[in-house]
Amino acid sequence: MTVHGKTVAQLSEGLRRKEFSSVELTRVFLERIEASQPKLNALISVTAEEALQCAQAADRALASGNATPLTGVPIVHKDIFCTQGVKTTCGSRMLENFVAPYDATVVAKLKGAGTVMLGKANMDEFAMGSSNETSFFGAVRNPWNTDLVPGGSSGGSAAVVAARLAPAATATDTGGSIRQPAALCGVTGVKPTYGRVSRYGMIAFASSLDQGGIIAATAEDAALLLRAMAGFDPNDSTSVERDVPDYLSTLQAPLQGLKIGLLKEFFDKGLDAEVERRIRDALGVYEKLGATLREVSLPNLPLSVPAYYVVAPAECSSNLARFDGVRFGHRCENPRDLMDLYKRSRGEGFGAEVKRRIMTGTYVLSAGYYDAYYLKAQKVRRLIADDFARAFTEVDVVIGPTTPTPAFAIGAKTSDPVTMYLNDIYTIGANLAGVPAMSLPCGFVQGLPVGLQIVAPHFGEARMLNVAHLYQRETDWHARLPEGYA
Amino acid sequence: MILRCFSHRFRASAPYHSLAILVMALTASQIENIAHLARLELKQAEVPVYQETLSRIFAFVGELDRAQTASVAPMAHPLPGLSQRLRPDLATEQDRHELYQANAPQVSAALYLVPKVIE
Repeated sequence: MTVHGKTVAQLSEGLRRKEFSSVELTRVFLERIEASQPKLNALISVTAEEALQCAQAADRALASGNATPLTGVPIVHKDIFCTQGVKTTCGSRMLENFVAPYDATVVAKLKGAGTVMLGKANMDEFAMGSSNETSFFGAVRNPWNTDLVPGGSSGGSAAVVAARLAPAATATDTGGSIRQPAALCGVTGVKPTYGRVSRYGMIAFASSLDQGGIIAATAEDAALLLRAMAGFDPNDSTSVERDVPDYLSTLQAPLQGLKIGLLKEFFDKGLDAEVERRIRDALGVYEKLGATLREVSLPNLPLSVPAYYVVAPAECSSNLARFDGVRFGHRCENPRDLMDLYKRSRGEGFGAEVKRRIMTGTYVLSAGYYDAYYLKAQKVRRLIADDFARAFTEVDVVIGPTTPTPAFAIGAKTSDPVTMYLNDIYTIGANLAGVPAMSLPCGFVQGLPVGLQIVAPHFGEARMLNVAHLYQRETDWHARLPEGYA
Repeated sequence: MILRCFSHRFRASAPYHSLAILVMALTASQIENIAHLARLELKQAEVPVYQETLSRIFAFVGELDRAQTASVAPMAHPLPGLSQRLRPDLATEQDRHELYQANAPQVSAALYLVPKVIE
């Protein structure tokens, strides 16, 4: 087996057994990044020099027996996470030259665990997009077919793992931004419970929905990384004070008696028939493993996309008010006065989709419209969260598709924002309810990966990863690599 | 003052409680007003584009009207019972203004510079 084809767990073992050093691994992945960049555009910054220094330190730690399971493992961070001394652009012209003065908690924790950062992944601007086409630094291309999108907003992170430019990459999910690109690129993506992973140093889009997570090749790798990333952080006021379970220790728990909910609303008319067939096949695997299936209904789920497109833009318009051209970020040339400075700096610094969401949010929060839009959406949000809570009194997890179709062509959905928004129809509900959810590969339709989504109750990550891991023990979809990257 | 003036322009005679009556195409001047409130300069050519796409978005979110929410409390946060933490009133941050201001477009004597505000 090639080195780049190994999982994080296998690399960790190889490093320990001295089959290769962290410096060697780092060089392998840096070379793959360099070779892929003109084709995929998956990274915004590559930090080769720092990575090699960090790998040398990891090799010393490994030699002295002072290592964690992640010591020396190369990873990529989504460019939404602040990295001290390294450019952190959030995919925007606004932050084109922003050098973060501190590390995000996720970055600090993974650094503390000994991982080696290779660079920063491309993404939709300020994480607003489902195709990675809104990045100021150009679209990312899907490694399975470079005419297609990788999904978004963590399209760079998903492409990085799919093409094995790194064995894992951090990502964030506000409405599906980990799971949707993971599905379209054929990798495993985990969005934890809201509050499980610190948002400190993760550039804010919609603070009541944003959650950091991980994209990796397998559920086992995601468990390894999540264990290191998760946990209470006093610097994040919504971080939850709750111990992080050892996700690895429960991965093998048998699924006998597991109650799986099939969401009626997930198997609707919008679902591609071939995608549905792959999902049904996966459910068959679970039945063989001893799980029972039963239909559940979340009657308010069809309203999740409209509710989201009020709540998320409202929070975004407030969060992005900080970009004023004064303290950091883009400033226009020769401002006439303060108002001109604000307006032109923001008008030039933000791209079309970001401006659209800021304006949507400004409108729904404006006087006279607040009750009709924002309050109404918050009430619908509660109905959806209550639907999930009710479903989880009947079943242990909910399983269905991650996306209605496989990856679509670059440019196919850019003219109509609503068409693009509907791509997240199966993922947004979990963000509104704050529950954990993940996507894992479950087959192919015309050579393109299909994602299976597992949704669990609040803080049910251990069970969710267990359910995913046992499927991956029975199948090998997660081990397939796109042509040219094997 | 500016905010008040624009909020007045947007204000309906009574707050809207139904989206159905709001779902209509936005005018160019409404787009310009929203952009002003959001402190975004739009090029003239951008106005009709946002007019069309925002109108489409508002027509789409108008579906929320279908939900019966009369007795439902709005939900601002996804985790029930989580309250904002307080911390002891102690200075925990060091003065790192030089580092932070290294990202500022224009600084002089540790002050952020902006165009003259008071004549």
